[in-house]
Amino acid sequence: MSILWFFILIPVLTITGILFTKDGRSARVVAASGMLVQLILSVVLLFMYYAQRHAGNTAEMLFLSDYSWFPSLNIRFTTGVDGIAVSMILLTSTVVFAGIFASWEMENLAREFFISLITLATGVFGFFISIDLFTMFLFYELAVIPMYLLIGIWGSGPKEYSAMKLTLMLMGGSALLLVGLLGIYFNSTLENGQHTFNLLQIAELQLPVGVQRYFFPFTFVGFGVLGALFPLHTWSPDGHASAPTAVSMLHAGVLMKLGGYGCFRVAMYLMPTAANEMAWIFIILTTVSVVYGAFGAIWQKDLKYINAYSSVSHCGLVIFALLMMNKTSMNGAVIQMISHGLMTALFFALIGMIYGRTHTRMINEMGGLMKVIPFLSVAYVIAGLASLGLPGLSGFVAEMTVFAGAFQHPDTFHRIATIVVTTSIVVTAVYILRVVGVLLLGPLKNDHFEHLRDARWYERLSAGTLLVAIAGIGIAPLWLSNLIGGSLGPYVTRLAGAITGLNF
Amino acid sequence: MIYGIPITHFLIVSTLMFFIGIYGFLTRRNLITMLMSIELILNSVNINFVVFNRYLYPDQLQGHFFALFIIAIAAAEASVAIALIINIYRRYTSIEVDNVNELKH
Amino acid sequence: MNYSYTIWIPLVPLLVFLFTGLAGSRFKPMISGLIGTTGLLVSFLLSLVTAWKFFFVSGLSGGAYSTIIAARTTWLQLTDYLKIDLGVMLDPISVMMLVVITTVSLMVHIYSLGYMKGERGFERFYSFLSLFTFSMLGLVVATNIFQMYIFWELVGVSSYLLIGFYYERPSAVAASKKAFIVTRFADLGFLIGILLLSFYTKTFDFAELTNPQSPVFTTITSTSFMGLSVITWAMLLIFMGGAGKSAMFPLHIWLPDAMEGPTPVSALIHAATMVVAGVYLVARMFPVYIAYTPGALTVIAWVGGFTSLFAAAIACTQFDIKRVLAYSTLSQIGYMMLALGVSGYEGEHGLGYMASMFHLFTHAMFKALLFLGAGSVIHAVHSNFMNEMGGLRKYLPVTHLTFLVACLAISGIPPFAGFFSKDEILVAAWQHNRLLFSMEYLVAGLTAFYMFRLYFGIFWNKTPHYHHTPHESPLTMTLPLVFLALGSAFTGFIPFGSFISADHRPFEPEMHLNIAIPSVLIALAGIFIAFILYRKENPVVARFINILGSFHKVVYNKFYIDEVYLFVTKRILFNLVSRPVAWFDRHIVDGTMNGIARVISFTSEKIKGLQSGQLQHYALAFVSGAIILVLIVLYNLS
Repeated sequence: MSILWFFILIPVLTITGILFTKDGRSARVVAASGMLVQLILSVVLLFMYYAQRHAGNTAEMLFLSDYSWFPSLNIRFTTGVDGIAVSMILLTSTVVFAGIFASWEMENLAREFFISLITLATGVFGFFISIDLFTMFLFYELAVIPMYLLIGIWGSGPKEYSAMKLTLMLMGGSALLLVGLLGIYFNSTLENGQHTFNLLQIAELQLPVGVQRYFFPFTFVGFGVLGALFPLHTWSPDGHASAPTAVSMLHAGVLMKLGGYGCFRVAMYLMPTAANEMAWIFIILTTVSVVYGAFGAIWQKDLKYINAYSSVSHCGLVIFALLMMNKTSMNGAVIQMISHGLMTALFFALIGMIYGRTHTRMINEMGGLMKVIPFLSVAYVIAGLASLGLPGLSGFVAEMTVFAGAFQHPDTFHRIATIVVTTSIVVTAVYILRVVGVLLLGPLKNDHFEHLRDARWYERLSAGTLLVAIAGIGIAPLWLSNLIGGSLGPYVTRLAGAITGLNF
Repeated sequence: MIYGIPITHFLIVSTLMFFIGIYGFLTRRNLITMLMSIELILNSVNINFVVFNRYLYPDQLQGHFFALFIIAIAAAEASVAIALIINIYRRYTSIEVDNVNELKH
Repeated sequence: MNYSYTIWIPLVPLLVFLFTGLAGSRFKPMISGLIGTTGLLVSFLLSLVTAWKFFFVSGLSGGAYSTIIAARTTWLQLTDYLKIDLGVMLDPISVMMLVVITTVSLMVHIYSLGYMKGERGFERFYSFLSLFTFSMLGLVVATNIFQMYIFWELVGVSSYLLIGFYYERPSAVAASKKAFIVTRFADLGFLIGILLLSFYTKTFDFAELTNPQSPVFTTITSTSFMGLSVITWAMLLIFMGGAGKSAMFPLHIWLPDAMEGPTPVSALIHAATMVVAGVYLVARMFPVYIAYTPGALTVIAWVGGFTSLFAAAIACTQFDIKRVLAYSTLSQIGYMMLALGVSGYEGEHGLGYMASMFHLFTHAMFKALLFLGAGSVIHAVHSNFMNEMGGLRKYLPVTHLTFLVACLAISGIPPFAGFFSKDEILVAAWQHNRLLFSMEYLVAGLTAFYMFRLYFGIFWNKTPHYHHTPHESPLTMTLPLVFLALGSAFTGFIPFGSFISADHRPFEPEMHLNIAIPSVLIALAGIFIAFILYRKENPVVARFINILGSFHKVVYNKFYIDEVYLFVTKRILFNLVSRPVAWFDRHIVDGTMNGIARVISFTSEKIKGLQSGQLQHYALAFVSGAIILVLIVLYNLS
């Protein structure tokens, strides 16, 4: 029994607990306590991981455990984590914890809501701890499916349309992904003649280059859809706009990270040659998406759309950085995932809280909110500053690591892409400050807003948790950077060792 | 060779019966008629079984047995079908197949 | 010599910021003010002690001031060789900046106790002031260029917060946004410059970067891009960052608007400290400029020279007294940039460098004084506009006298501080480039003219009808005025050459009377014209403006630069880029997705017809299929 199994067990127990509650009030308490335990467990995992590393354990994955649950196809429940997975788990438990409190006042079908939310979280945790591709895929689907219900039932606006669009596009991605995974599976045969889904074993087998060329696009694009890869990102604005607060938080904060994480842990790690050969296509796409998302955000009027486009831009940066394929930029990519996860979760939480008070998300219908709801406004400003990369907050660390890493390529193609991407920091500043200026500053636009109530305790707790995490990473980034960097070795070596003549 | 009648005569009869049955099944809307058409098809098959048995393997009996089985099953089938038809008639006061389309929507 | 205590110079304001920011609203506002002021007093005293120890106790070693790393810790490891440290580096210019920043900041803290009294958000004001002071101090003591960038961004944001202090005023919100975005744009250049430089030199560290003999420059000088060597590109981009922060043409447009902030903020940030960060940056990287890219220095000199002339011309036409001062600041920073641009490196040749730092120092004194004086005037008459003022010398005696001192100092009248620093800049320009030099003579005259236009316009001229009699400001406000007036009057006598020089070796600059005397005469001429035109109400002014006609209009409208920017951003970027992008995304990209969905649903609608629900249709299909199969089998058999 490995510690990692608890990451599945605790959500399952929490769901069982919620089943036995009588109403929403007790359900939320059970959900919150379950996720608090999960958060504590994540921190414990972090320290156990450190302890192992200090003890000189240099294995690629720690806390390995293995259980065969479908022997005839050699599908196993293999778990293990490295520094990257540990940091993603920390991110997930923080966001889920904050998400529970952001939906504290859920009235409609609260028990069912929390059950779906935690099911989604289970999928995410399972995804991050899995090493077996099939199990990984299973958890991936487990995380995507509840999304449909969560948006379709508890959403707002054209929720059926958005839910359907989001689910169908993600399912389309899953279909590509499944093809890719099966392609990998059938081309990796162990000595005993069995095929394998185990990441580490497949990595050792070295897939043939022809196979890589064929299945890399499937896998990469399959995960890329979830990572909002241009031009397959359009589920994001609609989906986020219709989703209830906690779901937006989880979805943008965590679920989109599954895409980036899968892109490099599966696609790029297992198929390094193809990754090197095809990187240029995706570098162009992500460069476009970074700038395009930022420009797209300038023109939006709905707070959630602004944030969704901003997510497209930021998540584009994640994949861009991964494709730069050196240690620094990949490190930056993971930090960017975490940073963006926290920031965007905070944004969506605050947007939800503001919407709950003003009943509109159109920025031109609001104004001067700083005066009436100072806590939420200040938190929004801080989130905005983090998003535009203010030093001392997490966004800066991530962006600078990415840029410094991407700049290590001296050739013109990578240089130009990098410089184009860096311009996004200015455009980001434009749309963030525009929102802050219109929404929070200036004279109070609507007299009805004069008696709005500032944040309640659970809202403060929700926003505060995320703020502390953002500032924590921003002020002392070295531990996180080392945690991630320490596990990137195998990836960088494999990718660097696989460069062929076709490369730019 | 039964009284000099060649096997083709039997087969022509059974083929005619078979296609008359098919035709009836495809064109009639009345459930009873459709049932009768099915009986025709079944019986044409019965004829084939018996005839082939008699002409090709006169010292064996499998074909006869099959024919008997089919008659028994046809009887059972007819009784179930008629029970259904009676129920349908009670519900729709009609046994036209076009009227029974509630599951379509 | 142990300097490790110097980390407290920036840390004390940081702690004050955290305390007043998180808990300030729980106490009376004045408590935050007092905590902030006390904290800064500690920093101020520590800075003075540091300066004394650095220049007089440690002193020279081997004929030069040494560079001391007082503290250093790794903040982020980027690559195997690139790492970002946070630390404290002491060398002559950083020590000088510590003194300047803490002095002006302390004065502003004390002044604001009176000026901001009773304002909503008093504690917020003090917490932002502390944040700014922390960032600025962190910037000047940076041990490496990336630390500088970090604090560079932080001063940018504290400036944003302070300009937008009156956040309910739309104009303040717009100004703060403009300031941030313009400087952010410049910072993009700075960032790319840093990345370029560090890629080739493999280090961020000033210790290696500013050592011209350092081996790190070998590859960067030999690589070239589009006809210029990469180091020139990098250093020009870094200068772009400096130009943004220091509001050099054409990135100057944010500074006049930044006057929307409270006046003490203008004094601290937009006159004395933050806007000279660009000058400081160039001075910091000066050894690289001079050794590897003299061409970039020429660009700097011309940008500086042009900005000084351009801004001085605009300053002569403005009526908002804070705007006049803002353009005057632009003009003076142009002087500093120019001085750096024309400087050499060793000994006497480094005169421009020394003069630039000297002018930075004296300018901080008299410009802060001018702004605080203007604040005192605004406090008394509740207006920013010159034409609503006049005859105030009777009502505001202390403000009047200190303002006069500052005006004389900025005009370069001996023995006030500005005379000495400006004179050395002119000498440096003379030695380098006569055209720039003559431009600066003109600017000297214009400076004297617009400053005294302001002075006479406020304190003499016709007394308008005041709603209530103006009265002198409280002691908390006049005390800093007097202190700064003393500074403006006497700091010129500091032998700056013995402390600060490009190569850290002291030297003795000579007095060039052949340059000093004409410059004083030009300044006096400027003052005289202002005296004639503005001492009393004079119809000549209006007639004169009429004669100039459209030229005056163009200058008054700041050469329409703002309009050009508005056109580029609003029309081109927003309407022609952002809007189409948003449309494209909704209609083309998303439209394709929806289109796919529609095609699928259309097809399914059509195919649905095949499943008629008619039993006999199915049977027909079944039979036909069976017959076809039979035919195929038969065909194959035969």
